[in-house]
Amino acid sequence: MTDQTSPAELVRRSLKRRYRKERRFRAYGILAIVIALSALLVLFADIISKGYTGFIKTTITLDVTLDPEVMYLEDPTDPDELSMADFTAPIVRALQEELPDAQDKTAERELARMVGTYAPNRIRDLLKDSPELLGTTQTMTFLAHDRVSVYVKHADNDMYSIRLSEQQIEWVDQLREQGIIDTAFNDVLFSTGDSREPTNAGILGAIVGSLLTLVVTLVIAFPVGVAAAVYLEEFAPRNRLTDFIEVNINNLAAVPSIIFGLLGLAVFIGLFGMPRSVPLVGGLVLALMTLPTIIISSRAAIKSVPPSIREAAEGIGASKMQVVLHHVVPLAMPGMMTGSIIGMAQALGETAPLLLIGMVAFIVDVPEGFLDSATALPVQIYLWASSAEQGFIELASAGIMVLLTFLFTMNALAIWLRKRLERRW
Amino acid sequence: MQTGNLLPLVLALAVLAYGLAYMRSRAVAAPLGGIRHLKSLPFYYAARASLWCGLPALIVLALWVAFEGKVIQGLVVSSLPSDLMPESEGQASLILSQISNVAAGKLDPQFVPPEIAQAGSLLENLRNQSQTFKAVLVLLVAVLGAAFAWSRVAPNINARESVETTLRRIFFVCAAVAVLTTVGIVFSVIFETIRFFGMVSFWDFVFGTSWSPQTALRADQVGADGSFGMIPLFTGTLLISAIALLVAVPVGLLSAIYLSEYASKRIRATVKPALELLAGVPTVVYGFFAALTVAPFIRDLAEAIGLEASSQSALAAGLVMGIMIIPFVSSLSDDVINAVPQNLRDGSLAMGATQSETMKNVIFPAALPGIMGGILLAASRAIGETMIVVMAAGLAANLTANPLESVTTVTVQIVTLLVGDQEFDSAKTLAAFALGMMLFVVTLLLNVLALKIVRKYREQYD
Repeated sequence: MTDQTSPAELVRRSLKRRYRKERRFRAYGILAIVIALSALLVLFADIISKGYTGFIKTTITLDVTLDPEVMYLEDPTDPDELSMADFTAPIVRALQEELPDAQDKTAERELARMVGTYAPNRIRDLLKDSPELLGTTQTMTFLAHDRVSVYVKHADNDMYSIRLSEQQIEWVDQLREQGIIDTAFNDVLFSTGDSREPTNAGILGAIVGSLLTLVVTLVIAFPVGVAAAVYLEEFAPRNRLTDFIEVNINNLAAVPSIIFGLLGLAVFIGLFGMPRSVPLVGGLVLALMTLPTIIISSRAAIKSVPPSIREAAEGIGASKMQVVLHHVVPLAMPGMMTGSIIGMAQALGETAPLLLIGMVAFIVDVPEGFLDSATALPVQIYLWASSAEQGFIELASAGIMVLLTFLFTMNALAIWLRKRLERRW
Repeated sequence: MQTGNLLPLVLALAVLAYGLAYMRSRAVAAPLGGIRHLKSLPFYYAARASLWCGLPALIVLALWVAFEGKVIQGLVVSSLPSDLMPESEGQASLILSQISNVAAGKLDPQFVPPEIAQAGSLLENLRNQSQTFKAVLVLLVAVLGAAFAWSRVAPNINARESVETTLRRIFFVCAAVAVLTTVGIVFSVIFETIRFFGMVSFWDFVFGTSWSPQTALRADQVGADGSFGMIPLFTGTLLISAIALLVAVPVGLLSAIYLSEYASKRIRATVKPALELLAGVPTVVYGFFAALTVAPFIRDLAEAIGLEASSQSALAAGLVMGIMIIPFVSSLSDDVINAVPQNLRDGSLAMGATQSETMKNVIFPAALPGIMGGILLAASRAIGETMIVVMAAGLAANLTANPLESVTTVTVQIVTLLVGDQEFDSAKTLAAFALGMMLFVVTLLLNVLALKIVRKYREQYD
């Protein structure tokens, strides 16, 4: 037998190739992780780069002379006169003072379209509340018009198209140099509901809607989920019915969320005649959807309580129910709460079922109860993302940032709870 | 009285019943020489009283609230003269909304036929009566229940037993909610689906190649009947899911292999939660990313190399959906790979195989059934995913396999057909339920199959 054919030699010769394969395989693994993580990074970077401008508003600060003749308003206490008066004119006048070359009719029209649509209402409300200000000069800060805002924030971003005239652009530049047009933190975003105009739109209505919905979900899903888990772990006899329930729970956990929307539409709205678009129905649907998650994690938590605790309690004469309620459930509570918070986070991010039960309506008012028409934060994001008006894209991304902040806080809370309270046996 | 006020009132009564029964049980025990002469602790007598007070009352309240609307509606409709009797559901809802507007004072009774105005005031009356009856009945039940429990506070009656039995039954009902939900899902889709197949033939639905469900307003309009062939939706769903799996399976599987076999503890501890972050991102965010970033990017890229791409390409939706499913595939594969017994691994390494050879020739074949189960679960998730495709895939039902064209999916059509529609009587809205039925059945089959495979595989090594 010569050296060339000995198995050891064969192995030795193939080693190089095999090690190369080994390295290649390892590289594939690293590549896969890099792909996944960079997808995550790109996603977040994209959202932040699109959305940070959503937290900025464009303002115009002017010294407005509340001249009765310009406004055709003699008596601000008279509601009729107040409804007829022209509150745009004083703003245009104030702008003209800063821009001496803008005096003709066309210029006036263009100037009027540089402040937000609610600016005249601000003057009206001011005069309604304090009529004695008529004739004085007030320094007022208005929101800029959507188009001005887009120009100020996105002049060099080609995703946005500037819809201002040459003349208006010149004025805006001039006013910015003078410090009249400025940017500030967008408090509107956190203080109002939806609007047709991006500058006046906020997520407060959606956040409140989401909170109301989550309250319903929590109030239903947590007790029912915990009770179901307790039954299945502690009381259920091993029989067909129990097996059937278990199979059902496992399958429900994997049913597409949109199917729960169909259920809500057919049963809660169709059969029980509950109203559409309300947090109560949304919460019910999401409760049914998160129930399997809560049951499964609660069962795991109950399972992790050692049998010695149960035996000790039973040994001193506690009934089965006393063992469960006095010892097992309190000890399993941290795990149950962790699972429930994760379930709530899922429910908070869920959109599809809410679309079907009508929580997609355009709703300006901030909802005040469980039976008010409302929308939810993810649905609001969906609505804005599919809106034609370009200013809504940054609002949608800003909304996403707020939503993700909520979700991460909830998940961090769950992790903290688990670390802090969960006992290792 | 409003339900909103009735609910706290009943709860307050239950608390009151608790307190009263507690005091009574102590009072009963005092002459006997203390509570140790009672069969149960005072707590149990009290708890039984509040259960007796609250539970039946709440059940009555729930039933009343659930059915009062329908019953009142039926009474109002049957009060209408025969010439106003609605013939179709659309007409019925029109008349009902008129009536309820009259009742709510939003519509001046002068502007509607006198019968409608009458029905409006009848509705108003019935509603008020219902409110009163409800309040009286619920409170009566609560008080009677409490009184009964109160009368049964006696030293020789075992209250603990009955409280525990009731609690156990409540727990059972909670566990049965899962079954009720499944039943509810099946029933909510099955009835509408049967009605749908009364209008459109089953075979046209399953094998039709054209999907244009927008029914016209009048019967004589062009395309008045619409066409309901689900083949294009089916292929669209498959195309997008296939792209998603092509992304998610290799990336998820390879990263799971790396993390479980190669990575150091520290890397594992940082990368794993980072991957799970991907699973925590809501689908609407992925949809936003797909529609506003990935889709335009793919369109520009395709144009740059001379291909024509739709701005709502299947590729964009599929890619992003793939990213979404990565953590799903990787965590399931991770579980399965870790479940392969260590001695298989050690045996292979001891024979001189490299780690990758061990992986490919020993662990992977052993873990394959489990991995297949995981992939099936991922596929069912991809098929049922809604927001990404609603935002990034199109509405046009193209029958194509070109990933650069726009396709539509089952879930997109369900959302499009149902959002904003109030009626359940046109073929258009019923079609959504038929699609929902298909979706439910397909995902259910995939899940059952996957769970079966995974379970069988686990038993093999346990």
